[in-house]
Amino acid sequence: MSALIDLTLAEARDGLAAGEFTSVELTEAHIAASEAVRDLNCYILETPEVAREMAQVADIRRGCGDVGLLNGMPIAIKDLFCTMGVQATAGSHILEGFIPPYESTVTRQLWDAGAVMLGKTNLDEFAMGSSNMTSYFGPVMNPWQRAGDPAAKLVPGGSSGGSAAIVAARGALASTGTDTGGSIRQPGSFCGIVGMKPTYGRCSRWGIIAFASSLDQAGPLTRTVRDAAIMLGAMAGHDPKDSTSVNVPVPDYEVAIGGNLKGLKVGVPKEYRFDGLSAEIEALWEKGIGWLKDAGAAIVDISLPHTKYALPAYYIVAPAEASSNLARYDGVRYGLRVDGDTPQEMYENTRGEGFGAEVKRRVLIGTYVLSAGYYDAYYLQAQKVRTRIAQDFHEAWKKVDAILTPTTPNAAFAQGEKMSDPIAMYMNDVLTVPASMSGLPAISVPAGLSADALPLGLHVIGRPFDEKTVFKIGHVIEEAANFTKTPQLIAGDR
Amino acid sequence: MSLDKNTVRKIATLARIRVETDALEPLASELNKILGWVEQLNEVDTRGVPPMTSVVETEPFKRADQVDDGNRVEQVLANAPEETNHFFVVPKVIE
Repeated sequence: MSALIDLTLAEARDGLAAGEFTSVELTEAHIAASEAVRDLNCYILETPEVAREMAQVADIRRGCGDVGLLNGMPIAIKDLFCTMGVQATAGSHILEGFIPPYESTVTRQLWDAGAVMLGKTNLDEFAMGSSNMTSYFGPVMNPWQRAGDPAAKLVPGGSSGGSAAIVAARGALASTGTDTGGSIRQPGSFCGIVGMKPTYGRCSRWGIIAFASSLDQAGPLTRTVRDAAIMLGAMAGHDPKDSTSVNVPVPDYEVAIGGNLKGLKVGVPKEYRFDGLSAEIEALWEKGIGWLKDAGAAIVDISLPHTKYALPAYYIVAPAEASSNLARYDGVRYGLRVDGDTPQEMYENTRGEGFGAEVKRRVLIGTYVLSAGYYDAYYLQAQKVRTRIAQDFHEAWKKVDAILTPTTPNAAFAQGEKMSDPIAMYMNDVLTVPASMSGLPAISVPAGLSADALPLGLHVIGRPFDEKTVFKIGHVIEEAANFTKTPQLIAGDR
Repeated sequence: MSLDKNTVRKIATLARIRVETDALEPLASELNKILGWVEQLNEVDTRGVPPMTSVVETEPFKRADQVDDGNRVEQVLANAPEETNHFFVVPKVIE
């Protein structure tokens, strides 16, 4: 079994093409692997029967010469994507039991490409969190353990925690995530895998349960940069059903991978060296700079002066949009209903019981900053600061082709840590939020281990729609880092 | 600006979220912590800076103004907590 579940997506594709194994065999191996790591709680719903049926169809399609980009590949889907006939919960009690009567555009494209659905993965409730601790369906355990401390259960990061953990634990070849402020890249970094957020507008948001519409983007979680390029190729593309989906051609991302970085200029922003950054992460960053130099890139010191304001601005903009988006959960048309004598009471009872603490906190903040008398002071000012942050990057692109930073200020922490102080939790995304606020493509690539042997990622940010350069630089980091260590809690006979 | 219990109660009503009375005080202190932290945005000089409306500079596209979907009553109602005769059922609105 280990042989099949240790394959990368690209290797599985080649093996299927060469007839070394069938999709049914590959899928059975991943169904068994997913079951073997069930203690991690990566899935809200496993769908083995759906997977078996899709694998059979994929094998038939292959027999007919109808081979999609992901034909026969078993993947996991973040439970924020609506999947027709299969429960979608967003990790919330308020949507428990909701069976979407339609398919999100991204998952539709994945199934059209021949991919096989293993299940719906766990996440922070409505994607609000950096630890997966806010899920109504319980926390996810990171498959990595601290050296000498196997008793400590670590978080996988969030919000795409289940998606990251299942790929790291070899339960799926790849998975989908969504990233609003770092929700693909931070769990990718915590779980020692690749997480990629494309440019805002690259992937359709249609059918993805909305958190903050001006920030939400879908993207892949994979074990290699090449696999991320393959996945994104299938996920991306213009969709008339999403007015913010951008109508530009999707290039072949995989061909961007390989070769040196001669002629490329990579910026290193001084503002990312802030006080809370651990020494080992700063050292890893220096190492990364060296790798890019060795590959022929010119390293340029740059300044992004408004970096420190990105996180507080995000915590106005995202809750404001969330308070509006989550208004639809009223107990009338779908999801949980808790009765009341009047509609008003029913709404309040339903939302009081259906939402968890973090979601309530953000909806209340969002409601407050949008309310009469406070709109200008909070929301409008935050959106102006957001323009400043985007302008910083705009200036930087005059000097450099990409930017290198660490992904997170620290390695994975234990379940329960940082829970009493919301701002301490928010700090997890301090390095990923600026790119989100500016809609830029960015990748996290595993690049080294912390002192207690936990994975750490490096983060490459690119120009709008220049995912190719991001993949190219990400691949150079991957090669140089030669990150081969695997987590302790992993499927297969080892 | 600091939120007191009554303001939190008012916001919760606006947001249609039931908050038990004994939860108002701790919630006010959590929200105040967050609002205090975002105060630093006032340090940024934003005179003459337009608020962000769209992160990606692109021409919006328009599709033809025509009906391309519909007549899906069964699917629309499929997840309803309570329905009857193709209607969603809610508590009595008018006495």
